[in-house]
Amino acid sequence: MARVVVDVMPKPEILDPQGQAVANALPRLGFDGITAVRQGKHFELEVADDVDDATLAKIAETFLANPVIEDWTVRRVEA
Amino acid sequence: MRVGVITFPGTLDDVDAQRAVRYADGEAVPLWHGDHDLKGVDAVVVPGGFSYGDYLRCGAIARFAPVMQEVIEAANKGMPVLGICNGFQILAEAHLLPGALVRNHKLHFVCRDQWLKVENNSTAWTTRYDQGAEILVPLKSGEGGYQADAQTLETLEGEGRVVFRYVGENPNGSRNNIAGITNAKGNVVGLMPHPEHAIDALTGPTDDGLGMFLSLLDSVVKA
Repeated sequence: MARVVVDVMPKPEILDPQGQAVANALPRLGFDGITAVRQGKHFELEVADDVDDATLAKIAETFLANPVIEDWTVRRVEA
Repeated sequence: MRVGVITFPGTLDDVDAQRAVRYADGEAVPLWHGDHDLKGVDAVVVPGGFSYGDYLRCGAIARFAPVMQEVIEAANKGMPVLGICNGFQILAEAHLLPGALVRNHKLHFVCRDQWLKVENNSTAWTTRYDQGAEILVPLKSGEGGYQADAQTLETLEGEGRVVFRYVGENPNGSRNNIAGITNAKGNVVGLMPHPEHAIDALTGPTDDGLGMFLSLLDSVVKA
């Protein structure tokens, strides 16, 4: 078994109102110096050893992310 | 005219969509998300709600439901398909319509009666409207912002595939004030506002939405 992390982020040109709301809240909470926040999704998959990279990419591209509005990365990590 | 109305776990507006079909003298045929079966219908409505709790992304899980594989195949052969609100999101996730719907630009869930301008009255679902007519129907969504890349927007505008546009202030940050679009053939239409809630002045703001279901009747009878 291996752990695979898929990160999904809104594309830079897509408005991210949730990230903006977080960014706007920070000064109110007394945290200064944060100029921008982008909010995305982080998936952790427990994956059998025979699942290849092409399959993982297909899972990310067709299901975990919507490539119309989101970019994605897949990486294998130490469990 | 037999019109299928799909129910997913979390669908809300299937009953109103069925009622709208009956108001247009059609037979409403309930379709279940888990069945590989369209029951021989002439057209399909993918109604609003929160299929699968909007988990992952709105429509992302519903798009892979067994019944949707049948809808995708039938739509590509020319069957009229209408996606309303969550249904529009599902059709976009299924790549039957281009672009995507994202969180409203001001983050608020918008629930109000909304004026729309009919920009294309040649689709299977809009022939009963005059080109340029303005209609008033409810809009109720939290993720209704229509997004697409510049090339897709240019194609939609250039080919007249924007079907409805918001009138007045943009309620959700949709690019080009787009409320609804169609595919190249004009048989698949998706929109965020709810025509099925505006079919009788007794129970909605107007009966302006009934025209979509009467248009379908015309296109099915003609075919």
